Amino acid sequence: MPEGYRKTLIRQIAQHAHSEIIGMQPEGNWITRAPSLRRKCILVAKVQDEAGHGLYLYSAAETLGADRDELLDLLHTGRQRYSTIFNYPTTCWADVAAIGWLVDGAAIMNQVPLTRCSYGPYARAMTRVCKEESFHQRQGYESMTTLATGTPKQREMAQRALDRSWWPALAQSMAWGIKRFSNDELRQRFVDATVPQAHHLGLEVPDPTLHHDGQRWVSGDIDWTEFYAVMKGNGPCNRERIATRVRAHEEGAWVREAAAAYAAKQKARTGAVA
Amino acid sequence: MSSQFPLWEVFVRSKRGLAHNHVGSLRAPDAEMALRNARDVYTRRQEGVSIWVVPAASIMASSPDEKDSFFDPAGDKPYRHPTFYDVPEGLTHI
Repeated sequence: MPEGYRKTLIRQIAQHAHSEIIGMQPEGNWITRAPSLRRKCILVAKVQDEAGHGLYLYSAAETLGADRDELLDLLHTGRQRYSTIFNYPTTCWADVAAIGWLVDGAAIMNQVPLTRCSYGPYARAMTRVCKEESFHQRQGYESMTTLATGTPKQREMAQRALDRSWWPALAQSMAWGIKRFSNDELRQRFVDATVPQAHHLGLEVPDPTLHHDGQRWVSGDIDWTEFYAVMKGNGPCNRERIATRVRAHEEGAWVREAAAAYAAKQKARTGAVA
Repeated sequence: MSSQFPLWEVFVRSKRGLAHNHVGSLRAPDAEMALRNARDVYTRRQEGVSIWVVPAASIMASSPDEKDSFFDPAGDKPYRHPTFYDVPEGLTHI
């Protein structure tokens, strides 16, 4: 395997893995405040999936010779990035619904082509991830539907959540190398798929220039200044996300040490293979 | 720390009668933890009825660099396949 290809792959897979585990936070913040037990069970399952996706991806990176602790260290020290979308806060329950519908929807657009990418372990991980993301998107849309067809106040919550999430979701298509379609094409597909879904909810897409040209939906220009500012660390939640991640890692250290000590003790007793 | 845990390869049998298939890998301090983690990582949607976890270090793999020479002995033996043989037209059940 050419060295440049290996390095690019490790970087892309690692940043993808980081995005999955950082992506647990915005929604994880709402688990204790989910509006019903049904929504809570669904949200727990979704956040658990994100952790699982992170694990598939870190494992795929390891098959290329990457060291998992080193990758986490790169994340914790800001030397590797994760998707900028997770640096926005979830200010109310409607944001959780909008994330499932729009952010996971955009992620599916980006990830489906990766199921046929050139590196097998990454492609296979993406196949599993895409199957699970489909549940994420649908539960989000269902939750948005409940709000959009509810009281006037719930409707307004849904509209505001769409207003907040639309542009960040649209900008989410990252400039990654190992894929088969251009970012513009992926974004166009996302717009074509999502605009009718918003209209079905009776919501307005926050883009005054949005129109249909007879074939496709034409959207306005993305504010890349904001996108790059958030990417460079100046989004609303960048510091909080990394601080939470580092704290979880440090506070979990004793668990990992205890598990290792227990395994060593058992091994010494039984001479078992491990 | 997690990188110091041994690496385990995970095999899942999706239903009775089928073979275990490789689904991925994970790190865990011992076999029991590997099994439990494999359940949580790879069978959250009833994907399996049985899981094997195998220490990755115990797997002996053929070398990709020697692929050609390693599999060469089968290369010139097409007569091992039924399609090698002519079957007279009109005959069935052969």
